[in-house]
Amino acid sequence: MPIQLRRLLLLFSVFIIIFIVIRHFLVPDSFGEFGHYRGDALDEIASQEVKFMGNQSCVACHDSIGTLLIEGYHDYLQCEVCHGPGYQHNVNPVTYHLLKPMERTDCAKCHSQNKARAEDGIIQQDIDNHHPERKCIECHNPHQP
Amino acid sequence: MKEKKKKINRRKFIGYSGLITGGVLASSIAPSLGGILMASRKPKNDGPWYGIGIDIEKCIGCGNCAKTCKIENDVPKEPFFFRNWVEQYTLKKDGSMLIEAPNGGIDGFKQTEADENILKTFFVPKMCNHCAKSPCTQVCPVGATFESPEGIALIDEKYCIGCGYCIQACPYGCRYLHPDTDVADKCTLCYHRIKKGMNPACMDTCPTGARISGDLNDPESDLNKFLNTKNVQVLKPQMNTGSKLFYNALNREVK
Amino acid sequence: MDPRFEHLYEALTKVDGFIYPNEIDLAWSVLIVLYPYITGLVAGAFILASLERVFKVKALKPTYAIALLTSFSFLLVATMPLIFHLGKPLRFFEILTTPHLTSAMAVFGFVYLWYLMVVLLLEIWFDYRHDLVIWSNQGRGMKKWIYKILTLGIKDISTEALSWDQKLGYAVTIIGIPSAFLLHGYVGFIFGSIKANPWWSTTLMPVIFLFSAMVSGIALVMVIFMLVNYIRKEKIDMKCLDTIGKFLLYAIIIDFALEALDQVHRFYVADESFDTIYLLMSGKLYITLIGMQIIVGTVIPLIVLGFMQFYKPKVKIRQWLYFITGILVLVGIFFMRWNVVIGGQLFSKSFNGFTSFKLDLIGAEGFLGAAIWMIVPFLILAFLLWLLPPWKKISEHF
Repeated sequence: MPIQLRRLLLLFSVFIIIFIVIRHFLVPDSFGEFGHYRGDALDEIASQEVKFMGNQSCVACHDSIGTLLIEGYHDYLQCEVCHGPGYQHNVNPVTYHLLKPMERTDCAKCHSQNKARAEDGIIQQDIDNHHPERKCIECHNPHQP
Repeated sequence: MKEKKKKINRRKFIGYSGLITGGVLASSIAPSLGGILMASRKPKNDGPWYGIGIDIEKCIGCGNCAKTCKIENDVPKEPFFFRNWVEQYTLKKDGSMLIEAPNGGIDGFKQTEADENILKTFFVPKMCNHCAKSPCTQVCPVGATFESPEGIALIDEKYCIGCGYCIQACPYGCRYLHPDTDVADKCTLCYHRIKKGMNPACMDTCPTGARISGDLNDPESDLNKFLNTKNVQVLKPQMNTGSKLFYNALNREVK
Repeated sequence: MDPRFEHLYEALTKVDGFIYPNEIDLAWSVLIVLYPYITGLVAGAFILASLERVFKVKALKPTYAIALLTSFSFLLVATMPLIFHLGKPLRFFEILTTPHLTSAMAVFGFVYLWYLMVVLLLEIWFDYRHDLVIWSNQGRGMKKWIYKILTLGIKDISTEALSWDQKLGYAVTIIGIPSAFLLHGYVGFIFGSIKANPWWSTTLMPVIFLFSAMVSGIALVMVIFMLVNYIRKEKIDMKCLDTIGKFLLYAIIIDFALEALDQVHRFYVADESFDTIYLLMSGKLYITLIGMQIIVGTVIPLIVLGFMQFYKPKVKIRQWLYFITGILVLVGIFFMRWNVVIGGQLFSKSFNGFTSFKLDLIGAEGFLGAAIWMIVPFLILAFLLWLLPPWKKISEHF
């Protein structure tokens, strides 16, 4: 074997060995645990904070409104649909207050007329003409509309 | 007599072998034929295997799903980054089609076309299809996006290099480059909630129950009931992505 | 307003029809246009060098070393636009440590290293080894030491050793041709394999990329060859220049035929994406596709080069024609890459509308940021020509 080839083979072997050694340190420990990815990523993604807590955590304190709600048309609604995420309020109810949507536009998001909404489905109102001078909640209790 | 029996045996033999060959052939290609069934009926493991069902007939276009998602998952508020969104399709009587998704539907929809000009209109909520054969996880060069054992396409934000190849590969436009983390981002089907036994946030805050997610491996799950009773369709079936997002009453104009 | 999103709000006002909301922002910008452009120049220049060495087109001999050094200097830069466009550039090593083998992009690191280390470096080294040994014994100072290191400590220049250089160098060139095909056909596959994007998803993509690479590489070497001779105040070998012109013509013909085939097929088949793509070609891409890529970059060079096969004007005029044609071809192929990369992201995958793209002047993804990666290879080349001047070579391969 000519000296050029020997020298090059030596050099390339050194490169490859260096690469393998470096690779050993750069690949995360949990890589390949379940597939071609970092296994720890699953737990990291699962540890994200939950912000929408669900009705059980609301009715734990607001039981009277909860009872009101399940007796009315809005019984299938989650409180947080209108009031926003409860995670901060849940921890610190004094400092953090939830949204109290009172405007006509808030109700209109679901109840305005739109041909794409099934006629026999949700109740729709012509928002521009149905008592435009008043707020919806003056007549309709949102917890029992 | 003997001769005849032999003949019958031979005929039987040819018949059976034909049947077996045909059966083997058919079963070998069958999984790839069922665009919808393929993903919905293929248990990958013993645990849950998640899919999603959206009932277009029930969607009222309130945009709560998109709004909730942005809050729950810290998605940037700017109207260029969405893990889910709602589109309104309006087929007009003059034959033209109007498609809108102002701010992903988060601020609700205001009908822009007069009722008498409309032939048909409907909302289509969109989100990650959590494909069984995801083109996005296929193209990730480093293994930063992957399908979890539960069949959910996830991104490891600590490992993603932000090359954008997955964004190009997703036929449904469900990925974006997160402006703060500089890596790709997408729907996780609220993996953090599912793992705690909760529903994804967008499903919980849907006021009409138009969205459900569930375990395809569990024959009693709501999702399987939905699949069994509704006339479901997936988006872009020709892409053969094994989409696990099933729509009831999907119009063929929807892409 | 957050300045990061200003251009997006502007783009939002320019949306035509309906697009998915995430599609307003283009994930790939001008740096990804440069990536196939530069790798194409690398592969094309190398193939020109192999024309001389493997296919024995001896008229091209004066360009051999220049072609190799050009190829090498562009290859050194080829990964830079890629790395700088990443959201997390410092994580680029993951593509080498944990390549995900179902991804068309994953093995790029290895294809690149193979091409750099095994093909180009070795071919140049074998070609220059004799000279390196001689140069390392002359002169003084830094340069001498650089030569000494480059010889890898081998001083043997016996006839036997030199004939080994020849044989090994030849073998490397032979390996190099499929490698060059691999390198650039592979870049085409990165785009061609995206089934979600009908503008990219065509089987012909790798082949088109390959031949357009040859076109651009040959044109680049032609221009550099003329510039080098001009700067050194040497007379240009017209036989060599005419031969390059001839091969450039052949390459353009094949490239044009392939691209035309692709488009004719697209028009004839007219699948679900066709209406959108037709609007794209006749609208947002009209200037860059019809104007720059086809007329400036293909048709005019075809006419000029074709004309010169039958009639050869005076030397001075011919040189100018070749020079201008070379530049036009380089511009045309740049816009070909542009049309693929940017064009493929301008239409919505819903086939119902378009977004828009504006190239910024500054910033890593801006015009100036991109221009850096087109200037740096020329600086590297100038350095290499100073370090390894082909015109001072004693040894010659056969």
